[in-house]
Amino acid sequence: MQRIGDAPVLRRTLIGAAVALAALFLLLPLVAIFAQAFAKGLGGFWSNVSDTYTLSAIGLTLFITVLTIPVNLVFGVMLAWLVTRFQFPGRRLLQTLIDIPFAISPVVAGLVYLLLYGRNGWVGGWLDAHDIQLMFAWPGILMVTIFVTCPFVARELIPLMQAQGSREEEAAVTLGASGFTLFRRVTLPNIRWALLYGVILTNARAVGEFGAVSVVSGAIRGETNTLPLHVELLYQDYNTVGAFASAALLALIALFTLAAKAGLEWRATRREASA
Amino acid sequence: MKAAAFSLPFPRARQRVLPGFGLSLGISLTFVSLVLLLPLTGLVGQLSGLSLAEYWAIISEGRVVASYVTTIGAAAVAAVINAIFGLLLAWVLVRYDFPGKRLLDALMDLPFALPTAVAGITLATLYSSSGWMGKALAPLGIEVAYTWIGIALAMAFTSIPFVVRTVQPILEDLPGEIDEAAMALGARDGVAFRRVILPHLWPALVTGTGLAFVRSLGEFGAVIFIAGNMPYETEITSLMIFVKLQEYDYVGASAIASVVLATSLILLLAINLWQGRFIRRLHGGS
Repeated sequence: MQRIGDAPVLRRTLIGAAVALAALFLLLPLVAIFAQAFAKGLGGFWSNVSDTYTLSAIGLTLFITVLTIPVNLVFGVMLAWLVTRFQFPGRRLLQTLIDIPFAISPVVAGLVYLLLYGRNGWVGGWLDAHDIQLMFAWPGILMVTIFVTCPFVARELIPLMQAQGSREEEAAVTLGASGFTLFRRVTLPNIRWALLYGVILTNARAVGEFGAVSVVSGAIRGETNTLPLHVELLYQDYNTVGAFASAALLALIALFTLAAKAGLEWRATRREASA
Repeated sequence: MKAAAFSLPFPRARQRVLPGFGLSLGISLTFVSLVLLLPLTGLVGQLSGLSLAEYWAIISEGRVVASYVTTIGAAAVAAVINAIFGLLLAWVLVRYDFPGKRLLDALMDLPFALPTAVAGITLATLYSSSGWMGKALAPLGIEVAYTWIGIALAMAFTSIPFVVRTVQPILEDLPGEIDEAAMALGARDGVAFRRVILPHLWPALVTGTGLAFVRSLGEFGAVIFIAGNMPYETEITSLMIFVKLQEYDYVGASAIASVVLATSLILLLAINLWQGRFIRRLHGGS
């Protein structure tokens, strides 16, 4: 039976147009990143990547990411458990509130943290009097990174846990499982892949966040410069190869994220087919 | 469902079979209050010192208004491009099989996965007068980098997945019979698509385009490199906030930020309500 758009000419035209557009607008930029990074050969790439300031930017970015992931992992699991396993007033509101970071422009996100914890803010003034500096230092970068990435884990878990329902968990409780055993033996095996993907998304955004971090960081080379800010600094110094060498590292993480998603989706469809 | 939520405030703890209500409620509320809500009070605090006239003077200053026009105009163009391009891609990915389809599908998420600053410097380099695309377009008299076209392009790049990923699942769920019936009755492709497919798709298409538009309004990293940032011409509103901050004008930055914040929250609320209404209609008013 023929379906809409199945005529060979139309079909080929549409596929051709889609592939051409995607190649031009998505693939070409990706190729350009690596072409620019290796414009002066492998040596040029390596000397830029192994530069002291680049290494310290990589170090800071990894440090922030490693701290962000567990915080958002715990929050995401707790929130998903709360809103999918219990009925209580304000449940819908809570689900809406966690979308705030997606709705807010990153620059505004950075700004609200700066206003509160900066020297002029009402918390910041108190901190300043006690010689604690959060803004223009790594704790500030960590705080805004946690802010912008906090919805990812919860967003991946909530639809899945809602669809799965709580029957298996209720059975486990009836059989006398404790809270921790219940989570480890019943819930976790059911949600582990969504959890993993949530973590991968959190990682990608935490590593790459630019707007919010640039407001609160101060971008001091070797101190509060994250890898995306380092890319900006090098680009503005007209060190194109250097900027793209760091950008290529970030693009690799993006490619890993895409591969992980494709892999997890492939796994899901295969399981569906065999079930 | 709704009735239950109203008539049963806080069911007793013993009615809950599963453990962890107190713990998960405590952690979630603490986190939401400290991380999401508390920082917003800083903005309110900063603005509370302003009179209405002063506030109005800041947000209606010429250069700031020019930035609204640039941002909204470029975001609207990007949204229209994405509606067309996104619909085409979703259609091709769902309806046809061809070599490289899986790769094309994976590529759709690239703009979400790629850090915005990386996208920004890459597009700026590609479309500058010495870049691959810039050179190709120069003989045609089209300048992209450092014009509003570049801003719209960068916005379209970062927000294309919204349309594709919103339309795709709806298109997948459409039963094959409906377009087979249309074809069997002798409708031509274009007519059949408009009359049979589009009515099912357009709510998703509008939602996806709306989300893309909101994202474009707030985009910063991808845009600033290609924008050129000429006052009154190619400055976006996010950049205005940044400029005010660098001048240590926290009040000015807060006032403009409040406009951006209110606009995106209102738009998102509208999209959510609209989508909710559509879903209710689709599922027979439950």
